[in-house]
Amino acid sequence: MKLSSPLQHPPQHYFARSLVTARSWPFVIDIGIGACLLALFFAIVHMGSYWMATPMPVIPISHSVRALPIYAFYSVVRIGIAYLLSLVFAITYGYIAAYNPRVEAWMIGLLDILQSIPVLSFLPPVVLAMVALVPGHQLGIELGVILLIFTGQVWNLAFSFYSSLKSIPKEMLEASRIYRYSPWQRFWQLEMPNATIGLVWNSIVSVAGGWFALIACEMFTMGSRNFQLPGLGSYLQTATASGDVKALIAGIAVVILIVVATDQLFWRPLIAWSDKFKFEQVESADRVTSPILHLIQQSNLTAIPLKVWTSAHLPNIDELIYRRFARTRACRIVQPVDEDQPIRKNSVALWTIAFIAVGLVAWGASQAVIMLRGVTWLDVRLLLMGAGATFLRVNASLLISALWTIPVGVAIGFNPRLARIVQPVAQVLASVPATAFFPILLIGLVKIGGGLGIGSVALMLLGTQWYVLFNVIAGAMSIPSDLKEAASLYKFTRYQRWTTLILPGIFPYLITGMVTASGGAWNASVFAEYSHLQDRTLETIGLGAQIQEATDSGRFPMLLLATILISVIVVSMNRLVWRRLYRLAETKYKLLA
Amino acid sequence: MPQAAPDSITPATDSQSGLSPIIRAEQIQKYYAQPSQNRIQVISPTNLSIVPGEILALLGPSGSGKSTMLRMLSGLSKPSAGQVYWHEKPIAEAEINVSIVFQSFALFPWLTVLENVEAPLQARGVDPETRRARSLKMLDTVGLDGFQAAFPKELSGGMRQRVGFARALVVEPEVLFMDEPFSALDVLTAENLRSELLELWANKTMPTKAVFIVTHNIEEAVLLADRIIVLGRNPGHIRTDFKVQLAHPRDRKSEPFTNLVDYIYKVLTRPEVVPAAPDQTTGKPVRDQRQMHYQMLPHARPGGVAGLLELLLDKGGKDDIYRLADDLAFEIDDLLPIVDAAQILGFLKIEEGDAAITDTGTAYANSEILHQKELFRAAATENVLLLRQIRRALETKSDHSVPEEFFLDMLDEQFSADESQRQVETAVTWGRYAELFDFDASRRRFILPEITGETEEVEAVNEAKED
Repeated sequence: MKLSSPLQHPPQHYFARSLVTARSWPFVIDIGIGACLLALFFAIVHMGSYWMATPMPVIPISHSVRALPIYAFYSVVRIGIAYLLSLVFAITYGYIAAYNPRVEAWMIGLLDILQSIPVLSFLPPVVLAMVALVPGHQLGIELGVILLIFTGQVWNLAFSFYSSLKSIPKEMLEASRIYRYSPWQRFWQLEMPNATIGLVWNSIVSVAGGWFALIACEMFTMGSRNFQLPGLGSYLQTATASGDVKALIAGIAVVILIVVATDQLFWRPLIAWSDKFKFEQVESADRVTSPILHLIQQSNLTAIPLKVWTSAHLPNIDELIYRRFARTRACRIVQPVDEDQPIRKNSVALWTIAFIAVGLVAWGASQAVIMLRGVTWLDVRLLLMGAGATFLRVNASLLISALWTIPVGVAIGFNPRLARIVQPVAQVLASVPATAFFPILLIGLVKIGGGLGIGSVALMLLGTQWYVLFNVIAGAMSIPSDLKEAASLYKFTRYQRWTTLILPGIFPYLITGMVTASGGAWNASVFAEYSHLQDRTLETIGLGAQIQEATDSGRFPMLLLATILISVIVVSMNRLVWRRLYRLAETKYKLLA
Repeated sequence: MPQAAPDSITPATDSQSGLSPIIRAEQIQKYYAQPSQNRIQVISPTNLSIVPGEILALLGPSGSGKSTMLRMLSGLSKPSAGQVYWHEKPIAEAEINVSIVFQSFALFPWLTVLENVEAPLQARGVDPETRRARSLKMLDTVGLDGFQAAFPKELSGGMRQRVGFARALVVEPEVLFMDEPFSALDVLTAENLRSELLELWANKTMPTKAVFIVTHNIEEAVLLADRIIVLGRNPGHIRTDFKVQLAHPRDRKSEPFTNLVDYIYKVLTRPEVVPAAPDQTTGKPVRDQRQMHYQMLPHARPGGVAGLLELLLDKGGKDDIYRLADDLAFEIDDLLPIVDAAQILGFLKIEEGDAAITDTGTAYANSEILHQKELFRAAATENVLLLRQIRRALETKSDHSVPEEFFLDMLDEQFSADESQRQVETAVTWGRYAELFDFDASRRRFILPEITGETEEVEAVNEAKED
């Protein structure tokens, strides 16, 4: 209903139809959109029949390039569903955490830990549970993989939504209270709009994470059971296993194509659209523009049915909800902002829930500890050594990416014309899943005879350096030109320029990039340190390799311990190193506007 | 009241007006509990009523709890103790009909002007046609005809506040609350909006029965209000409550008007005489902040103090504070902290609303920068406990560095967490200027600068003073 112009207000059905006669857009678009709708219908039918079929854990994967479109389709559907699930989960989780002070700290702490767990560690429990939950259909296995992708996407979305709820300006919140907004109205007119920009940007990162997980998770071994689902990930993995370079390159090309297309057809229009949710005093001059968004807003076929449909149904439902809420008692009195939900002291239900929760946690934890008994001291020593090796590798890859991206990024950032071209490219490159490139690198490594010990660092670099580059460019661009002019006016030496102007200027951005990269590197270690190539298994000592191996051989105690270790390392690194650097960046090196 | 009040005012009492109040606050207070059993009293128990037919202005320096008072009266904030009544019903249970015009406008940037104005009606379940018609009419009333499809960011500040007014008035509130509605606008725009508001009020264009405006601008209060309440701080309490009987439109240059402004300045700068009665409703100890050893540092910069003293010297060493504010085009929130600071440092004396420069003040204003710093250093170490403590702590510690938290902990006993932070910030500004100490912002620690001959000089000056 927001589409209709508020300047005129004839009856809505009349308004919508009058637009049909006033059409001024090319006919081709109508046909194109019509075709899209048809394709969508076919896709849903196809997917449905595939899912409802009897389960086939191992579906043979064709090497033919002609099979690629259907594999791409399956993978995209998985990512899409996982993304929608993540979005719904993130919003619910963030909402509950932000408005329930009693559980807030727990929920955010939990998020912090879950975020640090590599996707693969979720694999056995998630897949086994799903297969058991939906027996007799392919859907069960599919859901397992979708949930795995979900775990690769959801956490930062939840963080983003939570922190936008927490950062709503106080007076806006007060306005919504004094004008007696219902929770419904508050959600659509205050909370969601305020969170939109954060959600859009985090969605880009999330979906990139989803691709990363998908390529690794479509095909896996768990104990004695093999799983292989039709999709791009399986295609790439089988191509690697058989050393079919041609198929491999074709597969990677398709992945890149999809990522670029998503960026152009989906993210850019969304970014351009979300511009209206910015808190700004004046309209900014340089905005992201998107021809696609323009096209959609122009198009006949989406606009008209949408308008007819909304005017026929939505306003009524919408109005009904508003009216219903307006009648409730809670919406007729002003709710104080400084008083949270009335605290029901000693409520029996609450105590019962808390009691059950504590009981369950205690039981689960004790079971896990009992499970850990299966781990020998030798294993523990091995794991600790692995942790040390992976720690060194992760930091080596961070160091290397910082070393090359800082000079290159600054050079690019100081040249606005170049930056405008390179930055979006870096952004897309950061979205291309590193797991897709692993096979090629692996084959190369084997050819030159290198081991995975050093090779895995290169693999981690592949996934992480783009975040750093992307942020360094942004940082270099943000250094005000008057500071640069002052530096050249006072004839700073090269050394002085770097130490007093450039490095402090990019510091906050560099840290942001490194934090993201460090998380990515830990996650990548699981895939980088262990790999099947042709009929060989390449591996090196490391925590990631141990996680993979434990999954492969079904040694769950090892998997559990390795996962605990990895998340302890990541969480404590975040607390002890990154958070401090971040605070330093926020206080000392912040360029004041 | 020791001062002679001008004829244009009469003290207000609620029984006088005869009308039953719309909102009545009974012994409301606000405090924040501290972990250490102490609590920070923000507003001491207060009675206040809003009666139909008046514009009531709430004036006070920053930190006197004006905004908190507004939020308690409008039901947005729950008093720590006491009760607010809406037509004699507890406000938390009553269906109240009020609006607030916010200082920052608080418009939703993603909604158009029309959608912003429609939103409160939507919340009340008004059907779309009526909603639109009423909103358009209200936009017309505030002079925004034709802007309904614009987004707030496309409008100037003044127009945005007009949208704020339209949104507030469209629900036909019984009481219109305004929280410094004009202070984010430039002088001319503010003046324009004020007179339009008065016009709407006088012509009864709005169905509103009472207006409650919070402001720190004395002239604004005198220009608009039928009744003015002046708050004092530490903790917030009513200093005086009186009716203004000047006829509208009021002339800023007329003598009754300037007398009244002058009178309010005198009230605001008069040293406190009556201590707040201790709270007896609960057993917890309440500390009266005025009896505690830290004085509240006004958030003024040393440069401002120097500027004020120089101006005062130009005027012969003594002047009326109101005239000073007028000369500087300052509002009380800008000027009072500077006057307070100069007073604490012993550079200035306040008598009957007049500021008179002292000998040390004259010496300070007449010196060149380095000597000025020395005089400031001497005055600050002598008069400001916090600065003295920081300096002493730094001198005693072997590494000459003390974390900020150490002082925050001590201040927390006396001030709210935010205020403690501000106190430390002001202490840092003063201490840095006086070269008493430095502050490492990244480590959040106070540090002693390189010990040079200068610091010994300070000691010498101090000793000379003590003799």
